Amino acid sequence: MKPFAYARPGSVAEAVRDVAAEPAAVFLAGGTNLVDHLKLGVARPDLVVDVRTLTSREISDLPDGGLRLGAASTNSEVAADRRVRERYPVLAEALLAGATGQLRNTATTGGNPLQRTRCVYFQDVTTACNKRDPGSGCSAVGGYTRHHAVLGVPAALPDPTAPETCTATHPSDMAVALAALDAQVQVLGPAGERTIPFADLHRLPGDDPSRDTVLEHGELITALDLPPLPAGARSAYRKVRDRASYAFALVSVAAVVTADGPGSSTVRIALGGVAHKPWRATRAEQVLRGGPLTEDAVRAAMAAELAAAQPQPGIDGGNGFKIPLLTRTVVATLRELVEATR
Amino acid sequence: MTDLLEPRAIGRDLARRDGVAKVRGTATYAFETPVEHPAYAHPVQATVARGRVTAVDTSAAEALDGVLVVLTPSTAERLASTDDAELAVLQTDEVGFRGQLVGVVVAETSELARQAADLVRVAYEERQHDSVLSVDRDDLYAPEQVNAGHETDTAEGDVGAAMASAAVALERTYSTAMYHNNPLEPHATTALWDPAAEVPLTLWDSTQGVHPDRATVCRVLGLEERQVRVVCPYIGGGFGSKGTPHANVVLAAMAARALPGRPVKLALTRQQMFSLAGYRTPTIQQVQLAADRSGRLSAIAIDVVEQTSRIKEFAEQTGVPTRMMYASPNRRTTHRLAALDVPVPSWMRAPGECPGMFGPEVALDELADELGLDPVDLRIRNEPEVDPETGKPWSSRHLVECLREGAQRFGWADRPAPRHRDGAWLVGTGVASSVYPTMRQATSTARIRYADGRYVAEIGAADLGTGTWTTLPQVAADALGVDVDDVEVRIGDTEYPIASVAGGSSGLNTWGSALVVAAREFRGKFGRRPEDGDEATGDVDQAAQDEDHAAYAFGAQFVEARVHADTGEVRVPRLLGVFACGRIVNPRTARSQFVGGMTMGLSMALHENSVWDPQVGQVANHDLAEYHVTVNADVGDVQAHWLDEHDPYVNAMGSKGIGEIGIVGTAAAVVNAVHRATGVRVRDLPVTLDKLLTGLD
Repeated sequence: MKPFAYARPGSVAEAVRDVAAEPAAVFLAGGTNLVDHLKLGVARPDLVVDVRTLTSREISDLPDGGLRLGAASTNSEVAADRRVRERYPVLAEALLAGATGQLRNTATTGGNPLQRTRCVYFQDVTTACNKRDPGSGCSAVGGYTRHHAVLGVPAALPDPTAPETCTATHPSDMAVALAALDAQVQVLGPAGERTIPFADLHRLPGDDPSRDTVLEHGELITALDLPPLPAGARSAYRKVRDRASYAFALVSVAAVVTADGPGSSTVRIALGGVAHKPWRATRAEQVLRGGPLTEDAVRAAMAAELAAAQPQPGIDGGNGFKIPLLTRTVVATLRELVEATR
Repeated sequence: MTDLLEPRAIGRDLARRDGVAKVRGTATYAFETPVEHPAYAHPVQATVARGRVTAVDTSAAEALDGVLVVLTPSTAERLASTDDAELAVLQTDEVGFRGQLVGVVVAETSELARQAADLVRVAYEERQHDSVLSVDRDDLYAPEQVNAGHETDTAEGDVGAAMASAAVALERTYSTAMYHNNPLEPHATTALWDPAAEVPLTLWDSTQGVHPDRATVCRVLGLEERQVRVVCPYIGGGFGSKGTPHANVVLAAMAARALPGRPVKLALTRQQMFSLAGYRTPTIQQVQLAADRSGRLSAIAIDVVEQTSRIKEFAEQTGVPTRMMYASPNRRTTHRLAALDVPVPSWMRAPGECPGMFGPEVALDELADELGLDPVDLRIRNEPEVDPETGKPWSSRHLVECLREGAQRFGWADRPAPRHRDGAWLVGTGVASSVYPTMRQATSTARIRYADGRYVAEIGAADLGTGTWTTLPQVAADALGVDVDDVEVRIGDTEYPIASVAGGSSGLNTWGSALVVAAREFRGKFGRRPEDGDEATGDVDQAAQDEDHAAYAFGAQFVEARVHADTGEVRVPRLLGVFACGRIVNPRTARSQFVGGMTMGLSMALHENSVWDPQVGQVANHDLAEYHVTVNADVGDVQAHWLDEHDPYVNAMGSKGIGEIGIVGTAAAVVNAVHRATGVRVRDLPVTLDKLLTGLD
């Protein structure tokens, strides 16, 4: 662990100023991921600015019928909030599917979406990783790909030496639900406030896998806004993992179904565990728009969504199983939601 | 025949004597040992899988204020013995596996030591490494013997001819994964080298045996036993990985010797444990079974391929249980090893039996399927009259009774049909047998002294969470014929008489036998009315030793598995085991051992898998977030029952040892249940959902 300075300024504005002024500064909220990274040498900041008590911990009603989640509210608090459970069950379920009770008591609304990939190579400073050490290459190609991406990657075996190669997945469950809910991210930065649609917060590796999000240095999430769901909408989160608890998703599905009329629904689908960002399945949503949610229709929609998927070969058979598993999990999740709306 | 103790304290459900201290956090573990002004060590590990260290630059590390010592292969002391390459720490520039020790930093704080270790720059001449195990390697070899001194190969009759002429012949390949023991407490040592002291080296070390630990350290460092003391009252689990000292213990001693008078603490990180603390080899098992239509076996064979490290051989005795488990006129077992550029494998709970009862017990289920027989009946039909390997009669063998009682308790007769569906879940049940040899070690001595109206027994035994602190007083009380509250037993210190390792489920059998000899000696010398200071010792080798019988514990495990019809997720709501392990000394600690073993078997079946990355040359998932062990949410109703088994041959307690049998057979029973639920036969562990998806509708 590299020594660092620790600061707990008196206000959010001060915290933003402090981080913006120091290139190797980071914000600390719940610390459930950052503290591990400090120990492992994955994060090597000179300055850690603690914002845990600076941003709001409130969960409040918005005038449009939505909810605002203060950045410092904990995952446990949000999951237990009656309004969240009644209006956004997909979010409560996603939060409760993540981590453990102890971690959820500490992890925050602002921090959870900013947690970093659990790619084993990213977390091991003795192996090459373009995300941790830009330009060093990617050890995951042909390696342990079970938890890696099949969507948003250019090829089944990308060039491991290329600086843009990264097949990491985003590990957050909460973020998958937020993508399906069309949440809005409230951000304060050195240049002032701005609002980012949640779907645009995370990015694909592009030519810089080291950047997980579009946030600029010094920008801090202050709140997440949940817009109201249409009347009669039902939502659910389904996580499939290698053990019953305390494991990251192999695949996960956040779905919101709104019945538009007889034989016609609007569906929102977000997928987790399969891409560098929470993956909004817009292609599948388009195919399903206005039609009946039969299992055949959902399978066809997922076939369209997954046409460009790239299974990553690797140890123990690679991760090609995620492609049929995604379809099966989406079919099962929508089946249950449709049955519940009847 | 042995005179069995009359059980008065034995058999009682006594609470752990160390329980309160552990719950309150006052029990001190190795790293927590209170010492004056400790320094902290952090290892430096090789980042190449094979090669040579060409240069080590320690300047940046040494420049940090508070760094006390940096040792490298060129600055470390020369050890007295380098015969054991795993323990020849910092004695050569050669790197035999990734993660091998190439240095250590000692500093004022653990954080500083870790920071400085990161700053040590090591240059390597890297060579091509080879770490992929397969059955078709051309360099597989037969070791001289396999673990615990067993023969490498055995053969009787003609398996090939029996396979060719049998009504049903089955030939299948099974594999088990690489597993890491992962005790909760990491491998940790507090070491003090004080050359002027009467005992210059003291190690507070997390070990399954203070005396074997000391013997090894003495050999490696060239010290006399009287110069070294090893202390270990409590252990936060070991599962075999603390049964023999690994490189970290030698490194801690070397760090302390480089800093005379200053205690040095060294605890491995979880990640470091994946390359330095031993593991169970992956195994590939080619199993052959031949049978007539009634299910009577005419041949049983297992050919095992597994790995060892190029720098040190460890040969897991995977084929051994096949030699004695079932009756069959034709039999063969073989072991072949690949020596790879990998860390050194070692003991993990039930070495041999645990992986070795996977392939054959699944194969029997496949055979039962093919014959249309109940797998419980198939096992009963192949019950041997005497030990097939030695021809000796059994000291006691109640496998059939375990199977029958288990079937009855589990509701086996009413089990659902194959591919039974309950809502979204497919439901299946499975069974497998368990076995573990009853062992007693050759060396252990107990000393009993009478003082202040109480009996104090001392023996350098170990309690790695098993209950030794509680069960040895029960044995001593019955041997002395006194109330258990009048007996105190002290363990975990080389100041006490020599004791064997807590391994091979032999602890209680061995140390208890020594206590019984000591108690009889004591009563013989001093009668029923001793005086303060009266003292007697007893050695295990004076205890009656039966050579005429084959002694094993047996068991049967039943599993209900549920597989999600959409996603292939596996849940195991019920595990039920019935065991025949002689007399149970303490039902409370025994149940904990059985249930713990069975849960670890479930973990092996569904979750555990050290994912070896041959590109990098290390375990990819080297922490507990990624190396999955079964968690609470995976564990449903786990029941352990036992028969009231009387065995007059094993020892004076009539006990067979229970630390390991619980993990044996569980994984096969899970696979068999999953097959019944889905029709998919998973022959390579773990049973993960991706292996089931293609078989689901």
